Amino acid sequence: MRLSRTLTLIGAGTVAILLCIFLSLALGSRSIDLAKVVGALLDSGDVSFDALVVRERIPRTIFSIIAGASLGVSGALMQAITRNPIADPAILGVNSGAALFVVTGIAFFQINTAQKYILFALAGAALTSAVVYRIGSLGSGGATPIKLALAGAATSAALSSLVSMIVLPRVDAMNSYRFWQVGSVGGATWDGILAVLPFLAAGLVIGFLITPALNALALGDDVATGLGVRVGAVRMIGALAGVLLCGATTAIAGPIGFVGLMVPHTMRLLCGPNLKTIVPMSAVGGAVLLTSADVFGRLIGGVGEVEAGIITAFFGAPVMIVIAIRTKVHKI
Amino acid sequence: MTDTVNLGFRRRRIRRLAVVAGLSMVVLVLCCAALYLGNTQYPPDVIIRVILGEQIKGASFAIGTLRLPRMLIAVLAGMAFGMAGNTFQTMLGNPLASPDIIGVTAGCSVAAVFCITFLNVSKGVISLAAVVTGVALAAIIYFLSYRGGFSGPRLILIGIGIQAMLNALTYFLLLRANQYDVPAAMRWLSGSLNGLQMKDVPLLFGVVTVFGFILTALSKYLNILELGDQSATSLGVRTDRVRMLMVICAVFLIAYTTAVTGPVAFVSFLAGPIASRLAGRGNSNIVPSALTGAALVLLADIVGQNLFDIRFPVGVVTGMLGAPYLVFLLIRMNKGGAA
Repeated sequence: MRLSRTLTLIGAGTVAILLCIFLSLALGSRSIDLAKVVGALLDSGDVSFDALVVRERIPRTIFSIIAGASLGVSGALMQAITRNPIADPAILGVNSGAALFVVTGIAFFQINTAQKYILFALAGAALTSAVVYRIGSLGSGGATPIKLALAGAATSAALSSLVSMIVLPRVDAMNSYRFWQVGSVGGATWDGILAVLPFLAAGLVIGFLITPALNALALGDDVATGLGVRVGAVRMIGALAGVLLCGATTAIAGPIGFVGLMVPHTMRLLCGPNLKTIVPMSAVGGAVLLTSADVFGRLIGGVGEVEAGIITAFFGAPVMIVIAIRTKVHKI
Repeated sequence: MTDTVNLGFRRRRIRRLAVVAGLSMVVLVLCCAALYLGNTQYPPDVIIRVILGEQIKGASFAIGTLRLPRMLIAVLAGMAFGMAGNTFQTMLGNPLASPDIIGVTAGCSVAAVFCITFLNVSKGVISLAAVVTGVALAAIIYFLSYRGGFSGPRLILIGIGIQAMLNALTYFLLLRANQYDVPAAMRWLSGSLNGLQMKDVPLLFGVVTVFGFILTALSKYLNILELGDQSATSLGVRTDRVRMLMVICAVFLIAYTTAVTGPVAFVSFLAGPIASRLAGRGNSNIVPSALTGAALVLLADIVGQNLFDIRFPVGVVTGMLGAPYLVFLLIRMNKGGAA
């Protein structure tokens, strides 16, 4: 029974991802049919226009798969660590922290390589999430959703006025910031993917390894301690993995919100509360969600395209609103 | 017993009057400074003659056309932000729940950015669009959160969610916009008093006076609402109706002012808490908040215009001044378990 269920999940996940990859290669302002997509991938001598278009779409497809998976896992980890249903990089202010550091880097340190972007973004993300969580968990009741959300929103507001202070007098920085700030997978290059891959791989491995301990954490700190889990260490390691995943993704793609919020909740509804299922399935779900958001944005955009970050915010924010409506008042 | 109560009451009232007088003085001094400071400094008698309508070469333009409307709008906008912010904060029982955190201001921004970058319409239309969008959004947030009774925390969470959507929309508009329109939109988005003229003043004055007056008149209910819906109802307050009226007034204030100056960061957020620290709690702080807001905007504009090599828009300065205070406030509030 359990084995067949696992097989079903693996099968469904694989099919969904393959479908997304195909759609992402085939659809866009110029749509290409199945036979030509396969032909372009198999025959490297094919230099027809369609084949070139398909190959041009390969990096962004690969990137949207790994970025989506990272964001999904990152959200699942953060929700598990904070035991908070709305923990998400966008809400914790991680994006604006990364943005501030990247903009500082562009303006004052002339950073221009993907590696440096990533390092700056990671530092910003780590610092901001630590500060926001610390502020949100002060006082009685610990980090309740409302305290965390307000701490995140307020910190974001503060950081973005610092960002505009840096950006306003510098036209070139304003332009690169304007494009970065929206959150898109369209600009992914092989260099960027290769630079970000080690960080994401490390984050994913740590995340998967720590999942059993996070399951124990869900029972409450006391019970987890009784079961032999070092609560503090597990939280630290989980947070590290979560920040690695979302910080590195944000460095390349810009802030893409709400993937980490939506996906774990959906997976919990579909597969039950066991994190050993939720965390890997969040990777699958995140990949599917971000890739389809990207494809959808290409299709509805007409001549241009609508960036994936805008699509995810539009579908993700209502999820947060529904959570807020359904949560009992005293738990907020 | 009644003597002690009366004594405390009187003491609070004296303190409040003193604070209002002090803040008015501060605003007045800052107004004079705003007229005096700048590239060229004119002696006070010239400034007074210009204000009285005399034509003086150079001074009439620098003071009458540039500095005077700027100063007047700074005062009015600050008052509007302060009153609206204080109303939201008190009503939702949370000092962090100012309009710029819970999505009302973001709604005005989307409408205005759309008008600036794509429609190329007059200022009047921009204001109208911003007001309509702001009011509509506030209504949506209010009704989404009204589920079997009013709940402040739920409204805040929903507002933050809505704000995320609106910000995505703003970024999208900025990206699609013609490159030449972007600096204008960015400057507007960070809140700026540049390019405002004397003809912008009367309508803003009207809006601030009318809605400010209603809010001040209603402010005695605000304290009762703070006790919770049940107590307020039993004290004879029609909670839903009063709250609705106050929300509408506050939203009109914030939306119209935002349309004129852009969202000046943190003023609506900071004015209330600062005012209640000065004047003490337990009283309606709508007037001190208005004065504090005016002082903040004036001060920030003077700093932004004169202190740096580059002229920063007022919103960037309030953001810089506000950010540390915000973090301090967050820490103090959470420690006290107020949220």
